Amino acid sequence: MGTLLEVKNLQTQFVTRSGVVRAVDDVSWDVGEGETVALVGESGCGKSVSALSIMRLVAGPAGRIAGGQILFKGRDLRQLSEEEMRHVRGREIAMVFQEPMTSLNPVLTIARQLTEGLEIHLKMSPAEARRRSIELLGMVGIPDPERRLGQYPHQFSGGMRQRMMIAMALACNPSLILADEPTTALDVTIQAQILELMKDLSRRFGVAMLIITHNLGVVARYADRVNVMYAGRIIERGTAREIYADPRHPYTLGLLRSVPRLDEPRRARLDPIEGQPPDLTRLATGCAFAPRCTFRVERCVTEAPPLRPLGAGGHVSACWESANLDRALARSVARDAT
Amino acid sequence: MNDGAPLLEVRNLVKYFQVTGGLFGGRSGLVRAVDGVSFELRRGETLGLVGESGCGKTTTGRCILQLERPTSGEVIFEGRDLTKLSDDELRAVRRKVQVIFQDPYSSLNPRMTVGQIIAEPLAVHGIVTERKSRAQRVREILSHVGLLPQHAYRYPHQLSGGQRQRVGIARALAVEPVLIICDEPVSALDVSIQAQIINLLEDLQAQFGLTYLFVAHDLSVVRHISDRVAVMYLGKIVEITDRKSLYDAPLHPYTKALLSAVPIPDPVLEAQRERVVLGGEVPSALSPPPGCVFHPRCPIAIDRCRREVPELREIRSGHRAACVLA
Repeated sequence: MGTLLEVKNLQTQFVTRSGVVRAVDDVSWDVGEGETVALVGESGCGKSVSALSIMRLVAGPAGRIAGGQILFKGRDLRQLSEEEMRHVRGREIAMVFQEPMTSLNPVLTIARQLTEGLEIHLKMSPAEARRRSIELLGMVGIPDPERRLGQYPHQFSGGMRQRMMIAMALACNPSLILADEPTTALDVTIQAQILELMKDLSRRFGVAMLIITHNLGVVARYADRVNVMYAGRIIERGTAREIYADPRHPYTLGLLRSVPRLDEPRRARLDPIEGQPPDLTRLATGCAFAPRCTFRVERCVTEAPPLRPLGAGGHVSACWESANLDRALARSVARDAT
Repeated sequence: MNDGAPLLEVRNLVKYFQVTGGLFGGRSGLVRAVDGVSFELRRGETLGLVGESGCGKTTTGRCILQLERPTSGEVIFEGRDLTKLSDDELRAVRRKVQVIFQDPYSSLNPRMTVGQIIAEPLAVHGIVTERKSRAQRVREILSHVGLLPQHAYRYPHQLSGGQRQRVGIARALAVEPVLIICDEPVSALDVSIQAQIINLLEDLQAQFGLTYLFVAHDLSVVRHISDRVAVMYLGKIVEITDRKSLYDAPLHPYTKALLSAVPIPDPVLEAQRERVVLGGEVPSALSPPPGCVFHPRCPIAIDRCRREVPELREIRSGHRAACVLA
């Protein structure tokens, strides 16, 4: 499997009144062909800005990509002209957003929104584009596609709109789909439908996916590899199995332990991560997670830990104490069956 | 737990909303938001009310608070039917029944400091009339919810999401209520903060003997916090029982599908898991299907389900479900 997208030392910054926010701070990751990779983290960790940076959609002048490379099929997207970039967006890399209502145009019919990209990128005739649109809507499980084409987004339910977004993303056979919280706005039974659909389509067409989410459950089922972000940096990366069975960063461990789980006995108390996420304009030297970390040692406050490999595979963690996080000890804490 | 008379009894609660076609000539008719809901809340317990958007769980909460006047039915709180009370009489009741909303940002006045927000109900209800003692009381309440005295001088926008929700809780707590309706209190918060707020709600319940109606869509959170759970679908309760029975031995096919749709953060388990992915979507409450409202999506529906409205009947002791096949 070759590398499709390689992000190297990406830095995206925003200038605000209270200082420069390093939303993405020297971050490197990659996605292989046909692979599903996850970026996981909480609000403000930089996961969405990472996706916007790849598409070069970071809103200026406050925001800008300050450094690094975004190598897509070997070409650095940062070096492309705006014209060339337009060809990449939609044609080669497509996006699915969290809120399908705000990302669809309310005054255009479904047909127009689907055929536009096909006519522009694939130079299809209107008749061809219409035929392909019907095929696409059928593919994402929208019943009665011919009638649906003439409708407007407000006539679609939330789940149907998200199916429509996926159809738009697939329209030009992209090789990568960036899905930013694709199911967060949906009900749980609809979430399951959409995720199954995305997984199935990605397999059938060999499309690689970058799933951006805060929901660790979603990632467990659908991602091959997981990047965990905190305060603009990747703090742990590994296969889904490694991250869930053997987390090697206190933040990952904390996230996994703080959520109540249906597959485990009910605990008397949850184990939250105490404190608040840091203010990105005032990051101290040292590890950004140190103020909230129960494994903190002196070195954490003075020196930021780099991502270091754990064993021979691709599992890496940015923690000085990564070897000392005893999973067995963590599991036994405050867990009593009811 | 007190086994005497229930603190709150909801009987046959119905709330219909009239909708008109509007400017663009949409459909008009009656939205059956809550359609014959009955349950009890015992003193000191937490009842979870779960369901997907539009199932009527929030409207049920608002009807209890009389923020919406129900179309019919009774809401009996401490022996009095709230639906029959005048606005003046309700004001006294609202001291005892409080609410915590999902989005603390839009439910806190941005022009008031945290101190003013918490002091206001103390003054309105005449609980602490003197200004100086009010400030003292505000500091006490802040410490109950894990905030510092200096937070009283901040404005909501200067706080993080978790801190704002603590302020929302403090405001509810200020009037010393007995019942708090928690309407999705953690769903707008980050995962690491959710657990802090859930622990706080549990601590406060133990400390002040509070009773909670916990309205939420997240089944794992509801299992953690609730003693009993009611599952709603399209304006009706389809299953209600204690926590253990609901999660260990659900009876209604909708409950089973909901539980199986919750993703579990473990790739190995997820790979082995059998999933019931429900087809279709929740039908419109403008024209609910005949018979059992769940039958168009139900994997085990039989002909009878299309004709007959199943009643919520006791199938095992203390475990009621509205399914003819249960």
